[in-house]
Amino acid sequence: MKQMEYLFLFLEQNCVIANNMGEEVKLYKTWSTPFGLRVVWALKLKGIDYESIDEDLSNKSDLLLHYNPVYKKVPVLVHNGNPISESTVILEYIDDTWKQNPILSQDPVERARQRFWAKFNEEKLLPTIWAIFTTEGKDLEEAMAAWVENLKFVEEELKGKKLFGGEKMGLADLVFGWLANLIGIFEEVSGLKIVDERYPLLLTWMQVFSELPVIKETWPPHDKMITKYRALYEKYHPAK
Amino acid sequence: MEGEVVLLDFWPSMFGMRTRIALAEKQIKYEYREEDLRNKSALLLQMNPVHKKIPVLIHNGKPICESLIQVQYIDEVWNDRAPLLPPNPYQRATARFWADFVDKKIYDLGGKLWRTKGEEQEAAKKELIECLKLLEGQLGDNPYFGGKDFGFLDVALVPFYCWFYTYEKFGRFSIEAECPKLIAWAKRCMQKESVAKSLADQEKIYDFVLHLKKALGIE
Repeated sequence: MKQMEYLFLFLEQNCVIANNMGEEVKLYKTWSTPFGLRVVWALKLKGIDYESIDEDLSNKSDLLLHYNPVYKKVPVLVHNGNPISESTVILEYIDDTWKQNPILSQDPVERARQRFWAKFNEEKLLPTIWAIFTTEGKDLEEAMAAWVENLKFVEEELKGKKLFGGEKMGLADLVFGWLANLIGIFEEVSGLKIVDERYPLLLTWMQVFSELPVIKETWPPHDKMITKYRALYEKYHPAK
Repeated sequence: MEGEVVLLDFWPSMFGMRTRIALAEKQIKYEYREEDLRNKSALLLQMNPVHKKIPVLIHNGKPICESLIQVQYIDEVWNDRAPLLPPNPYQRATARFWADFVDKKIYDLGGKLWRTKGEEQEAAKKELIECLKLLEGQLGDNPYFGGKDFGFLDVALVPFYCWFYTYEKFGRFSIEAECPKLIAWAKRCMQKESVAKSLADQEKIYDFVLHLKKALGIE
């Protein structure tokens, strides 16, 4: 009996017992993709052990093309051989499959709210930030105007809340998460001020989110990101 | 207990039809309010200030926006009857993935068929057929996308069936010739009361688009 007790004590103190013993979880992503990072956060939040495979998008692996024939993109989660694509679909799958530390509330109104803001990010914020990063002149002005309009709504939504999910991070926080890292990088590379003091709640959220234990150590290397996005910026803004 | 359910909608909207079908499947009594999109009601602007779009589902005074979010909401609140999403997480993910695919592709491509001409229209037609074929492939030998039972992806896609006539007339092609299984599926869905009562008449849709083109100055 004593030996078993010592064994359990040893295991408890020395091994991370994952919440998915006996199940195979693989994540296909790249070193920098914010969409893949969302999935990393969800898996970490739930204590799920997984194998990470970083793809080279200029030379996609046969496995990736096999697992995501429709879009041929990352991230793809493969659970016991079953592939799931599209990051928000993956996040809901993770929440449906592993019940600890839920990403979505049990309350249907709250769930609908989180899903609404996740969709808002995908359909409004992301295309606008891309336009800001890649355009100039009148196009840039229009993109900035749209961005300002969009951020007003986000700022309003954050009133009275620490995080989009309330006290704890939720689906919308994971989906908005890219802002907490990439805005700083875009601003450094472009010289533009993209989220300014007109949005104190959003700025606070970006800080609070970055400090969360699951998020803290996950950002891709800063220097590598600057190099990557500087090259991309120069591609769209060739020196005259 | 249902509580008060109101749907702000516009009769030709395939997105509003999704919500109508879900409400009908669950046999929920609700008040239907037709919006004039050129003169949006104060209620619509108040309930959907971000997008100012229909459909908006209002349940006990609380707004739920975005059609697929509404369908999931209805499925979760009235979870004691006619389930739309299956309990298995992988099947749920598959249904969500393809419903998202419908959202990303079908509306815009279909729109190009009646808004554009020449090369742009041809390219849209080609891509729309490819997308419909991909969706058709998901049916397999099942009567519905949900398997034996009508489900979430069926709800997401079937409203486009009343728009197919318009797409075909402008695009000068037959969707049935390209995707016979898909049309057989749509006709099977139309035998359900919830679908038949929620979809608009295809000729009325075509007339509506003709008028819309004139109003927008599109030839």
